[in-house]
Amino acid sequence: MDKFDVIIVGAGLAGLGAAYTLAGSGLDVLVLERGDYPGAKNVTGGRLYVNPVRDLFPGLFERAPLERFITHEGISLMAKGRSVTFRYSGNELRAEPHQSFSILRSKFDRWLAERVEEQGVAVLPKVRVEGLIKDKGAIRGVMAGGDDLRADVVIACDGALSLLSEKAGLRSPASPQSFALGVKEVITLDPGVINERFHLEGNEGAAYLYAGDVTQGKFGGGFLYTNKESLSLGVVIGIKDAMDPKLPVEVPVLLEAFKGRPEISPLIRGGNTTEYSAHIIPEGGFKSLANLCGNGILAAGDAAGLALNIGFTVRGMEYALASGYFAARAILNAKEVGNFSSETLGVYRKLLEESFVLQDLKNFQESLAVFGNPRLFAHYPEMIGNLLSEIYTIPAGPKERLYPTLRKHLTLGELWNIFVDLRDVMKI
Amino acid sequence: MSDIVDLKTKLGFDVFKPVGEPHIKIIRGMEKDPRLKPAIRACPAGLYSENEEGEVVLTIDGCLECGTCRLVCGTEVLDWNYPPGGTGVQYRFG
Repeated sequence: MDKFDVIIVGAGLAGLGAAYTLAGSGLDVLVLERGDYPGAKNVTGGRLYVNPVRDLFPGLFERAPLERFITHEGISLMAKGRSVTFRYSGNELRAEPHQSFSILRSKFDRWLAERVEEQGVAVLPKVRVEGLIKDKGAIRGVMAGGDDLRADVVIACDGALSLLSEKAGLRSPASPQSFALGVKEVITLDPGVINERFHLEGNEGAAYLYAGDVTQGKFGGGFLYTNKESLSLGVVIGIKDAMDPKLPVEVPVLLEAFKGRPEISPLIRGGNTTEYSAHIIPEGGFKSLANLCGNGILAAGDAAGLALNIGFTVRGMEYALASGYFAARAILNAKEVGNFSSETLGVYRKLLEESFVLQDLKNFQESLAVFGNPRLFAHYPEMIGNLLSEIYTIPAGPKERLYPTLRKHLTLGELWNIFVDLRDVMKI
Repeated sequence: MSDIVDLKTKLGFDVFKPVGEPHIKIIRGMEKDPRLKPAIRACPAGLYSENEEGEVVLTIDGCLECGTCRLVCGTEVLDWNYPPGGTGVQYRFG
């Protein structure tokens, strides 16, 4: 039986990022993917920030099949029956190189896998890895389709649920509080109609987030990204909330209610839903990171828990690409040294700590606790919505003066709460 | 699941390749275990339901392989695996 230098499990961004980095190094690398093709099992909400990873993959993103570059940002506080929206656009978002793009993973991952194969790395789809080969406390390969495939080192890039990290003892079985559930529809729409509806020129794109009543006041929210010829529309909510009988409706119902909101329905009118997808998202951040490596094994991307939800941005894909890159660097180093023990591979963690990946996760480690504050998603959208409703309403009789109107909503107690909550925000 | 969502229609937009033997099974004897109940609410494809005998029933067709049920129920009540390579949901957009 052949032996490989490196076996990568999962052709997502972490796996392909590692394979791309290892290509041309002379190492025998095999990528295994359980989908029909790379990307077949992969889902994103829809946006990749390129800046942090551009230099790790020189020239790659310029030719990649990304959707639209994001020039229009929006965040809406959704109350029952009303909403308040902030929009942002700036020249720096229109300038090249563009900082972020909407993305469809089945398209992108498939393309990236082709670039990896082009450089001599074998990417084998339709293969489910069933287990790990363990020998004297080290991982020596994987079992797939009844075969033993041996390797010096395995990279577990098998996604958020990562059964391999679990089997390797890198982490305990995943628990609901460290994950969110995302559901999404891809809605096809004529590009001209998209540009008109979202006030876009050419290949400009919009990214809108919606917090508050979308998740019935729970941490999470709705998102809408414009792709070239479609919209990605979905809802993200913590798994603990999704399973809680106190949430009045199920998650797919939240998505339907979101689509029916007057803020959303005119944006998707005339579009056809062409795909419905669901995925779990690691949300535990720094505090629930897996052990990143063991003897003969590394974990990267979602499999290592490398994702971050800080309310106004939800990020994971850059961490996946970068961790794949650094896993590859650690392996090249281990190959030189000639051993693949967890000590030697441990340079991986050091590389991540020196990079934006673990620095971001560390810097925002309190974000989950801060955003877990029920006032943020349940109370403030309603309070601000009601205040604005009153400001904009002209009654039949005389209109109340502005200051008393403000004071009615911003009572001393309310101002104190805002102060306390803002003080919490200082932690992130 | 409420009537306003026709999840069957939605799942009909997705491409599925036949799996054969179900890749997720309720472990025999556990059908009435309370640990299965959260999946009825949480499964985004609405594949879990409760029958008149109070047993939780899983219909595997339309599984999006998201992993939610493994998280909310655990592996003491579910025999959980991904479907064999090249089968199950195949996203065209993702």
